[in-house]
Amino acid sequence: MDKGIDRRDFLKLIGIGGALIVMDTGRLAGAADNKMAQDTLSFIQLSDTHWGFNDPKINPDFAGTLRKAIAQINSMKSQPDFIIFSGDVTHTTDDPKERRRRMGEAREIIGGLRLKNVKMMPGEHDAGLDNGEAFQEYFGTTHYTFQQKDVNFIVVDNASDSTSSIGDTQLQWLSAEMEKLDKDSRIVVFTHRPLFELYPQWDWWTRDGAKAIDILMPYKNVVVFYGHIHQEHHHMTGHIAHHAARGMLFPLPAPGSVPKRVQIPWDNDQPYKGVGYRSAVPKKDAYGYDLTEFPIIKV
Amino acid sequence: MTNIKYLLRIMVVISAVVLAFAWVHIARLAAETQTVQNPVANQGHEQVIKITVKRFDYTPNKIRLKKGVAVTLVFTSLDRTHGFNCPGLGVRTDIVPGKSNTLRIVPQKAGRYEFSCDVFCGDGHEDMSGEIIVED
Repeated sequence: MDKGIDRRDFLKLIGIGGALIVMDTGRLAGAADNKMAQDTLSFIQLSDTHWGFNDPKINPDFAGTLRKAIAQINSMKSQPDFIIFSGDVTHTTDDPKERRRRMGEAREIIGGLRLKNVKMMPGEHDAGLDNGEAFQEYFGTTHYTFQQKDVNFIVVDNASDSTSSIGDTQLQWLSAEMEKLDKDSRIVVFTHRPLFELYPQWDWWTRDGAKAIDILMPYKNVVVFYGHIHQEHHHMTGHIAHHAARGMLFPLPAPGSVPKRVQIPWDNDQPYKGVGYRSAVPKKDAYGYDLTEFPIIKV
Repeated sequence: MTNIKYLLRIMVVISAVVLAFAWVHIARLAAETQTVQNPVANQGHEQVIKITVKRFDYTPNKIRLKKGVAVTLVFTSLDRTHGFNCPGLGVRTDIVPGKSNTLRIVPQKAGRYEFSCDVFCGDGHEDMSGEIIVED
């Protein structure tokens, strides 16, 4: 059962999909596996799975992409310490019954992960229309802390409030949680939306995100991981790094690169282009994380 | 002679009624045409633009302004709370149904400024946007 894959197996799994891409993804998988085999912490971030989205022009494999990712992760020889889904687990719907049906299905599919240490958090598609009510029924609380090895993790909910806000109550909670930590603790914050003003014209920001950054700023070793924008993106606010993850179903254009933030259609010549997930491992003897981006492999 | 005078009086009264009716009708048509063709109205000395908002659009969604000329945007939501966020001009407001939602702008620089809804409102929220064009 726990057979896993090494670099050679991973290359075989990938098959005939273009020699250069094969070599590159194989190298990435091998490198990530090696890192995750070490004693240091590692985690996998999946984001924006949008379960319930069903436009075949954008992703004809809308029902299979998440399952493929889960199969790939299950086949990794070295499992991470935990896996986090950083919001928009489901695609929004006005119908509360349908919303719960989608959440139930997503929970069942995610339950197929070999690793059971799975963390969930909401995006606005999950929680923005009912202030997180259905999400909490299926996945639990929307903001919380946990510790893995020597790293302190803080999940901040900036999506349940439909105004793209964290809110004063949660900011006070964040401040109180941070005060419990030493100034040089290793800290990772997970959010769905960017805390900084990436591109507010497309609602790619958090209205009171600057207040959260102010709370984090005195701490020397803080990194923020987020989703929402369906593409890899890296940004610094002072010494704090912010890393956006690719979406699991479709990519979006670079901020401000086109007049409208429309989904990038499926490319038959490059299936699953721009979607995937990542692993993160803390750098040794330095602040920050080594990130490895994984594509979805057609099997 | 008395009959002629009487007839003339009747004709004057009928003409006055017809003219009054025609004036009212023409005035109403003119007002309707102005609303359809140009949502910009004048209230005192300041321009006022009325914007109707519903899932997932603004009407109008392209607004032309003059650099340095003050304008008040008046939003009316037909369904739920929306947002209007125009970072390029440094303005935003919530648009709450049944409430007066206004924004006053004096654009200082010519250019095109995107705006969008920043209150999540459902499947289509991401498409709810428009543009303010400021001309010299």
